[in-house]
Amino acid sequence: MTVITELVSYEDALAAYDPVMGLEVHVELGTRTKMFCGCSTELGAEPNSQTCPTCLGMPGSLPVVNAVGVESAIKIGLALHCEIAEWCRFARKNYFYPDMPKNFQTSQYDEPIAFNGYLDVQLEDGEVFRVEIERAHMEEDTGKSTHVGGATGRIHGASHSLLDYNRAGIPLIEIVTKPITGAGERAPEVAKAYVAELRELIKALGVSEARMEMGQMRCDVNLSLRPHGTEKFGTRSETKNVNSLRSVERAVRYEIGRHAGVLNAGGTIIQETRHFHEDDGSTTSGRVKEEAEDYRYFPEPDLVPVAPSREWVEELRRGLPELPRVRRNRLREEWGVSEHDMQSILNAGAVDLIVATTEAGAPADQARKWWMGELARNANESGTSLDALPITPAQVARVTELVASGDLNDKLARQVIEGVLAGEGDPDTVVEKRGLKVVSDEGALGAAVDEAIAANAAVADKIRGGKIAAAGALVGAVMKATRGQADAARVRELILEKLGVEG
Amino acid sequence: MTAKNTIESCIKLTAAEVAEKIASGELTAVEVTEAHLARIEAVEEKVHAFLHVDREGALAQARAVDEKRARGEKLGPLAGVPLALKDIFTTRDMPTTVGSKILEGWLPPYDATLVTKLRAADVVILGKTNMDEFAMGSSTENSAYGPTGNPWDLTRIPGGSGGGSSAALASYEAPLAIGTDTGGSIRQPAAVTGTVGVKPTYGGVSRYGMVAFSSSLDQGGPCARTVLDAALLHEAIAGHDPMDSTSIDAPVPPVVEAARNGSVRGMRVGVVKQFRGEGYQAGVVQRFDESVELLKELGAEIVELDCPSFDLALSAYYLIAPSECSSNLARFDGLRYGLRVGDDGTKSAEDVTALTREAGFGDEVKRRIMLGTYALSSGYYDAYYGSAQKVRTLITRDFEKAFEQVDVIVSPTTPTTAFPIGERADDPMAMYLADLCTIPTNLAGNAAMSLPCGLAPEDGLPVGLQIIAPAMKDDRLYKVGAAVEAAFVARWGHPLLEEAPSL
Repeated sequence: MTVITELVSYEDALAAYDPVMGLEVHVELGTRTKMFCGCSTELGAEPNSQTCPTCLGMPGSLPVVNAVGVESAIKIGLALHCEIAEWCRFARKNYFYPDMPKNFQTSQYDEPIAFNGYLDVQLEDGEVFRVEIERAHMEEDTGKSTHVGGATGRIHGASHSLLDYNRAGIPLIEIVTKPITGAGERAPEVAKAYVAELRELIKALGVSEARMEMGQMRCDVNLSLRPHGTEKFGTRSETKNVNSLRSVERAVRYEIGRHAGVLNAGGTIIQETRHFHEDDGSTTSGRVKEEAEDYRYFPEPDLVPVAPSREWVEELRRGLPELPRVRRNRLREEWGVSEHDMQSILNAGAVDLIVATTEAGAPADQARKWWMGELARNANESGTSLDALPITPAQVARVTELVASGDLNDKLARQVIEGVLAGEGDPDTVVEKRGLKVVSDEGALGAAVDEAIAANAAVADKIRGGKIAAAGALVGAVMKATRGQADAARVRELILEKLGVEG
Repeated sequence: MTAKNTIESCIKLTAAEVAEKIASGELTAVEVTEAHLARIEAVEEKVHAFLHVDREGALAQARAVDEKRARGEKLGPLAGVPLALKDIFTTRDMPTTVGSKILEGWLPPYDATLVTKLRAADVVILGKTNMDEFAMGSSTENSAYGPTGNPWDLTRIPGGSGGGSSAALASYEAPLAIGTDTGGSIRQPAAVTGTVGVKPTYGGVSRYGMVAFSSSLDQGGPCARTVLDAALLHEAIAGHDPMDSTSIDAPVPPVVEAARNGSVRGMRVGVVKQFRGEGYQAGVVQRFDESVELLKELGAEIVELDCPSFDLALSAYYLIAPSECSSNLARFDGLRYGLRVGDDGTKSAEDVTALTREAGFGDEVKRRIMLGTYALSSGYYDAYYGSAQKVRTLITRDFEKAFEQVDVIVSPTTPTTAFPIGERADDPMAMYLADLCTIPTNLAGNAAMSLPCGLAPEDGLPVGLQIIAPAMKDDRLYKVGAAVEAAFVARWGHPLLEEAPSL
């Protein structure tokens, strides 16, 4: 018998209950090699081509810790204001799954490398919410199973499964929040903002590209409800692999409505994992965790303890970049844009591109204008992201430079950008090839003006007679003759000058 | 042309003598290898020390040594010397079974570091030796491939788990062998076969490519017929390995130098009160007491020691070793390598794994996996694994205190001489007692040797003397061992092994 749960409207759910969240985020580090062996971590290789006895869990093989992995973990911990363990060990998490070669995962248990921190996240209206961090620990990723023959790609109904161990052993950092309380109706927004902020932070640290669509960052959403005024947490559900910012928000919202429905009907929430469905934003029951799986954790005897020296930790702390939220606020002020505009820039993924463009010499307003205007449009039309466009910040900066020097006008500049995007070369090459330079040769321009005056004697007379507004027609004629490659203001000046009229 | 009897008698030579004769040209490596292969052919049916003999590979290696010499290249101290390798080390060119059906026919894709070092030293690997399945046992009866006979009495056990290696030495099938010692698997077989075996300091010899039983206890080491030969082999296989995080990054103790300069004069030698009493065979105690007298005569000062925690060592060991084994052996699931049972296209991966393990693991292995799984279970961890680790700390402290007073400790290696095959096969507790004196060293991670100290009067079988030294003071084993060996051989008029019946 299937129990149909009546979903409760979000507002009604919040009126009766207080949501409590716990977010677990896995980040794949961008190290060159795996966590415990020297295999490459590059994506897209032939299945099982990036494996060795260690990441295949062959009998006799042993792990060796990737120092860059530890360094990345400490950087993340420091950026999350965590304490860094003076001494900690890896632990074996024992469970059986075919994509885990050793049938245990090398992870950390009660001795995480980083613990007790927080991350301040800024909501869209500028309100800052503090999310407390329980821990950040190091572990290894599993291989990847592809279930063949089933309807949904799930193991159920599949005829066989294909295993690719290229991902097995890729370093992961798992970041776990403390229970997030007090977010109330803003819970979905806080969850989304937290994951977004964390992603920015990870990228700023340079430890991972943190691309959620590539699985480099994955989020599990724990949620429970408790009646207003009560202290005790309700039973939680754990929605696994919620892999976009929007999905995080939707999953929280859905689970709030579902939990409220169950509770209102006098039911009890089952502690279980749930699958999130991108198509309709719903979740469905996964594995019931009634009998909590016993992972039989124990300290990994094949690895020596990790004992980062305080000097090293402090050195890493000194090297931390400005936190994304602080940086965003600074840039917003420097650029003089509104909170709303800054949010748009952020959403478009343009912050770093604009910064890089200004660093290449462009004024901030010009850099912002191109990236958020012409280029954003282009990216949108071609269904790609800004940073994937085939144009560099330096090239955009060069275009703004050519405009500032008068070599290009706005219209020509757009054509130059178009040429660069079409792969015709850098801005100067495009200008050259397409012959787009503003005609600034006074002789050539003077001749064109003379021609226009001669061809439009009647208009010229009117201007001489004081009807300065008529100059527009002559400017148009000159622009036409120069195929738009003249500075219209300069043309106007020349016309008035030649006709002996004060402008 | 070397005289035929010289070639035949070369099997009785020590490794040092063989190497010297090859280097001087008195014998060729091929002649030496052929002589040992002939010996194997002659006695193997009775002894069954080997699981695999690599005739072609051994001869090819021997030829390479002879060619090297012909080119005038300098040969190492063990070049051309044949060796019997315990079937627990991975070898690219020979199957690696660990004495188990679950790995029958498995050809590893990589060489263990120890194997790489042996090859680099131009040692000739004759084949892989029999052992208790996954090194679990003290008699080699737990091998899935049948028992090995003790050359002193083929109806008795050759010790275990490295009974194949000890029997190969005692039957003159090879002058050198490799063993591994988790609770005594090098020393106890050496004791009951009248040969020499050394468990180096934990971390002294790389474990990379050594199929794990209990990672925090396992240690590979040298087996030979003389103390000097053991030292030469020790030096060849020891040293830091970046592939093994637990290997010690420090110079190898000067073991060969110590073996060439045996002396106990002025040394303080400890006798632990806990290493005698109930369960010790009278003849073993008698030979041990005579050894202590001999040490006194040779100028050592004898110090009585009290190490109360040693009484708990066996219990702690039988929680720690099974716990680690339950995790280490989880990878044998029939999916990637080795045996696979029941894969008929309808059964699930879980069913195939269960059937494979049912058929592939022997009783003792299953017993320890179950014990360990239980000991690590949540709710039992503190009482079992946790307590055992505390005992381990106490044992380490007892050793530390002891080594403040003495340079080395001596004891019988094992409480009895070789027992008849089948006698303890159905009584695991009786079997476990064989390791009573050897286990404390594994738990503390220090170094120990067993060497012959006579025959027990009641049964005429060899008795082993154990010498224990502090961690990374392995050289002391050889200094003391060489002195004791020289004194005994002088007293007996010949090496003990000459009293063994001819096969």
